[in-house]
Parts: sequence; C-alpha cells; structure tokens
Amino acid sequence: MTQNVQNSAAAADARVTVLTPAVLALLLGAFLVLGTGFAHSDTIHNAAHDTRHSFAFPCH
Amino acid sequence: MFRRIFFTALVAGLLGGVGISVIQEFTTTPIILHAEEFESSGSSDTHKHSQYKNGISFIASAHAHGPATADGDQGSGPGDRLERLLFTMLANVLTAVGYALILTACYALSGRPVNGQTGVLWGFAGFGIASLAPALGLPPEVPGAMAADLANRQIWWFLCVAATAAGIWAMVFRSGTTWMIAGIVAIALPHLIGAPQPESIGGNVPPEIAAHFVAASLVTAAIFWCAIGWLAGTFWERSSPAEAGEA
Repeated sequence: MTQNVQNSAAAADARVTVLTPAVLALLLGAFLVLGTGFAHSDTIHNAAHDTRHSFAFPCH
Repeated sequence: MFRRIFFTALVAGLLGGVGISVIQEFTTTPIILHAEEFESSGSSDTHKHSQYKNGISFIASAHAHGPATADGDQGSGPGDRLERLLFTMLANVLTAVGYALILTACYALSGRPVNGQTGVLWGFAGFGIASLAPALGLPPEVPGAMAADLANRQIWWFLCVAATAAGIWAMVFRSGTTWMIAGIVAIALPHLIGAPQPESIGGNVPPEIAAHFVAASLVTAAIFWCAIGWLAGTFWERSSPAEAGEA
C-alpha cells in the first residue's frame, strides 16, 4: 500500500517534470513553424518561399 | 528533461532540415522553377489577373514573387540561385527544428519509450497530420496556381492539422468505441466543413506540372517526416541514460 502511494507520487512528479519543458517545446516549435510557414511579412515570405511551397503551407 | 528535449529536437531538426534541402533540389525545387517560367509567361503585366477580386488572389499579383532575379526588387523571390538555395535551407532548418520540437515534446508527453524505429511511426503520424490530411482540401500548390484568400486557407490548414492530431491521439492513446468514433469525427470534420477553394480556376501553369508537384511535395514530406521521426527517436533514446543521472 505504502509502496503504491510512493509509486503514484513518483509518477505524478515525473509527469510534472515532463509537462513544463514539453509544453515550452510545443510552443517554441509552433512559433518556428508558424513563423517560417505562415508569417505575412514580405521578407519572411520571400526567404521561405520555396520551403512554403515544398511543405505545402498555404502560400501567397 | 529540458536539455533532453531541446538537444534531441535541435540535432534532429538541423540534420533533417539540411537533408531535406538536398532532397528538395531533386524533387520539388526543379518543378517550382519550371512552374515559375509559366507563371510569368505571356504576361509582363503582373496584374493581368487582378480582376479576380472576390476572395481570390492570384500568385502573380503585385505582392508576389517572380522568377528568381538578382535585381533585388521588392516582392521578388530570393535573388540568385545560390542565395535562394541558402535562404530555403535556412527556412527548411527552422521549420524542421520547429516540427522536431513538437515531435519530441510528444515523445516526452506520451511517457512511452521511443527509439529510432518507433520514432519512424511517430514521424509517419506527423506526415499524416501535417501533410496528408491538409492536402486533401488544399493540395500542394505550384507558384501560379489559382487559390482562395490566403488567411482563410491558413486558418483551415491550422484547424485541419489540429483536428487530425486530436483525432489520431484519441484513436491511438485512448481505448473504447467512443474514443474511436470521436477520433474519426475529428479527422473528418475539417473536410466536411471544406477547405476554401478558388472561385475560378485556370492558372498559367500546365496541369501536368501541378500534378507532378503534388506528388513530389507529398513524397518529399513523407521522407522528411520519417527522417525527423527516426533522428529524434534515435537521439531521444541515446540521451536517456544521461538524463537518468540528471533527474
């Protein structure tokens, strides 16, 4: 019983340890993809033009 | 955990981004360059199709690029061939690191062991979510294709990717008929709503080239996602023992 409680507490700890960096990685990843694939700035569009077409992001 | 996720994603993204740039040179880039010859052909007036106003934009309109030129015009594509290649490689690497961050975060959140082999499966799911599903409503486009309003297409693309990801999550990581049905509904929903389509069709680029580009883009994306999945899975597994000591 005590062992079970300790195990579930450790599992909860591990979950929290994973959650923060994983969510940060998700947000940064989305920022990078949206920045290169979706930003309406002309400069970014021109630089990333061929990438947008190749990856089939909606372009123009 | 921070270091493990970001190290894995950075290495996989860098290698995958550079690798896919080389592959694109043989698959999609030649078709893009070929299409651009038609995009501007028979029309030195780039406003030729601007009569399509209602929600329609044409790729060769005022703000769009033309074939690569070294004159550095505002609105032109990246200048000469080498410059264009380097910009594309940079954008590929940034996109690859972005996708690798999302993929590695999913490895971490799943709580399941991931290695190179299972990483390929994860990568293939990424291909289905970010490439295959949106391609049903918005097929990969060559420069010069007619298309609906950009912002509407971007919103639909984002909704489609989010719904497909949620649907696959429900079907793979939850059990029971209800989750299965919810997953199928989520995946089908964006297509039932329908992607924004152009009101008129008939761009300058021949359909043979456009069709070839769809295949080339999807095959290239499949290679990219399998590679990213494998690379991230491999580095994720390799960084595991160090992490055990750290945590």
